[in-house]
Amino acid sequence: MRAMFRNRGGVHPAYRKWGTAGAPIEALPLPKTLSISLAQHIGVPSKPIAQKGQKVHAGERIAEPGGYVSSAVHAPASGVVKAIEERPAVNGKYALTVVIETDGAMEDHRPDEADWTRLHPKEMVDRVAQAGVIGMGGAGFPTHVKLTPPPGKTIDTLILNGAECEPYLTADHRLMVEDAARVWEGACILRKILGASHLRVAIEDNKPDAIRAMEAAMKGADDGVALVILKTEYPQGAEKQLIYSVLGRQVPSGGLPMDVGALVENVATAVAVREAVVAQRPLLRRVTTVTGPGIRRPRNVLAPVGTPLQDLVDFCGGLTEDTVKIVVGGPMMGVAVATLEAGTAKTTSGLLALTRRVVPQYQSMPCIGCGRCVGACPMGLMPCTLSEHLEAEDYEAAEELNVLDCIECGCCAYECPAARPLVQHMKQGKARVATLRRQRESQAVK
Amino acid sequence: MGLWIPILVIGGTGIVCGAVLAAASRFFAVHEDPRLEALAELLPGINCGACGFAGCSEYARAMLEKGIPVNLCKPGGHETVSRVASFLGVEAVAGERQVALVLCKGDDAAASRSTLYNGLADCAAAELAGGGGKDCRFGCLGLGTCARVCPVGAIEITAGRLAVVHPELCIGCRQCVAACPRRLIKMAPESSLIHVLCNSHDRGPLVRKVCRVGCIACTVCVKLVNEKGIRMKNNLAVVDYEVPLDNDEVVSRCPQHTIERRRLKKTVEV
Repeated sequence: MRAMFRNRGGVHPAYRKWGTAGAPIEALPLPKTLSISLAQHIGVPSKPIAQKGQKVHAGERIAEPGGYVSSAVHAPASGVVKAIEERPAVNGKYALTVVIETDGAMEDHRPDEADWTRLHPKEMVDRVAQAGVIGMGGAGFPTHVKLTPPPGKTIDTLILNGAECEPYLTADHRLMVEDAARVWEGACILRKILGASHLRVAIEDNKPDAIRAMEAAMKGADDGVALVILKTEYPQGAEKQLIYSVLGRQVPSGGLPMDVGALVENVATAVAVREAVVAQRPLLRRVTTVTGPGIRRPRNVLAPVGTPLQDLVDFCGGLTEDTVKIVVGGPMMGVAVATLEAGTAKTTSGLLALTRRVVPQYQSMPCIGCGRCVGACPMGLMPCTLSEHLEAEDYEAAEELNVLDCIECGCCAYECPAARPLVQHMKQGKARVATLRRQRESQAVK
Repeated sequence: MGLWIPILVIGGTGIVCGAVLAAASRFFAVHEDPRLEALAELLPGINCGACGFAGCSEYARAMLEKGIPVNLCKPGGHETVSRVASFLGVEAVAGERQVALVLCKGDDAAASRSTLYNGLADCAAAELAGGGGKDCRFGCLGLGTCARVCPVGAIEITAGRLAVVHPELCIGCRQCVAACPRRLIKMAPESSLIHVLCNSHDRGPLVRKVCRVGCIACTVCVKLVNEKGIRMKNNLAVVDYEVPLDNDEVVSRCPQHTIERRRLKKTVEV
């Protein structure tokens, strides 16, 4: 069925998915070294348990969760731990990183077990936690925490997110086309864990082959299941926007999807959950779209976690001379990186090489008050006013205008004719307001 | 007659209001320490907040009402403390004047910037966006967040995009220390002479790759002073300002010229 509800705001950037939408997923030959960041997820960084010089085998745990909202990390391939030190990560920051010199063995041949339907949901969540599964759509929230809602909250609908609204990216698209059966099985497992009566598979209408493949995989499903075809629009795949599109429910300001009885999981996460529950396989690889005008042969690559960006680039024919910017993630929300040394994370859905032609340099100008950002904001905020408050460091005013609701989707900056760095204003403003709020709360406790 | 009515009404209202105000000022008067205003006058009045109170008059109130120590005013220095102490009839010794010091000397000529950053001209924002193009992850970004918070304009951003504190202007309020997202501004007592101007905890080879004047943890200085005054802390030589140190050899022998001799006192000694 078509989605019934239309989100406010949003933009229509050029999608440019044709470069890789038809390209089958190809496995990357095992890189010589892997640098696995221990801060890939949201929450407390993982604590390393492997020692320098230790020999590890594929799938061996190299780091423990550092707290409740944290995740385990495994060695994607066998080899020797060469170093455990701070190194640049793909999010542009430095993080404790385990560097493994690989010795060629990657496969972790563990057969599928019998019927998962007989497992208790608690047991399944435990397996998900053991496998170190985190949200693979981009944010990287530990999945086992998401699957354990606090008592009193019930989730009636699970939404499987196959929207992939970011331009350029086709990793989820190809996964649905080539591996629909496992995506579907993962979704069924997630539904059983949550005890959700409804399951919605949401895909944007610019991926007809993915829609067909998922429909075929879902044949014979019960009445609680439906495939929802979304209008192609950015940011259709953002959690709150997706819930509104599919269910017409609005997540309250400062609230979570579970407050409206919904939960969103990405299709790649569903596959990782399936592997964890059915075969107890840890999350070791993911599909990354390596594309952009600066990449000679754009591809969808199945690469182990921790693959240096340089290896991905080399596998795809290298960079063109006029490449000026490397972005990890999509062009709207991705992070520009300064080095190709960093290793991919479980959340790395794309690697873009952009040329001078597509990254013009703008001089940021004063706001002309045109209001295009207000029209584009999917959260109904006023980015123009907010950015002026934030420029004047008036954080109280920014808090009053709900800066914390900003999802950093980039629609405002995309629309701004004055080329103002609106998202950067918001990011910094959110960080400052959150700090001020914490200070206020700790003072109130005193 | 027509003229008298408005005069009586307005005049009467005025008299009534005046009476109410007179009564209010009598019965609802807030008794304030008469010394408060005079005491606040003695403080510098720049409301920098370095004492930990919201402005000079709040600090004056705290001294009077809560007996908070009188030597917390940093910009005022020795003079203010002695004036305040004699006003309140207590004895107090001002701490030594502290001066802010930027622990980085890697300007654009010395430290590399391999990526272009053209976002917000604010260090905190650049730090969130992955480091503002500077290759050293500990070094000064030079976007001037510290200079903007300085109440007396004592911080200069040089042409090489490096923050430099002018010690003769610094009032020691520590606003810049709190504002720097990389935490590389430290306070040094004004009598100190030898300073290690680097904040990088990276290992030597990594530092050498990104900066010509960064501390490479060679430990030459530490050995020269026999660990008295300079100590290694996680791949970085750190001056211990508790120990007086005046040793020109550490300056001349530092292979990276990270260590500098710099006078922080306001007046020139003859």
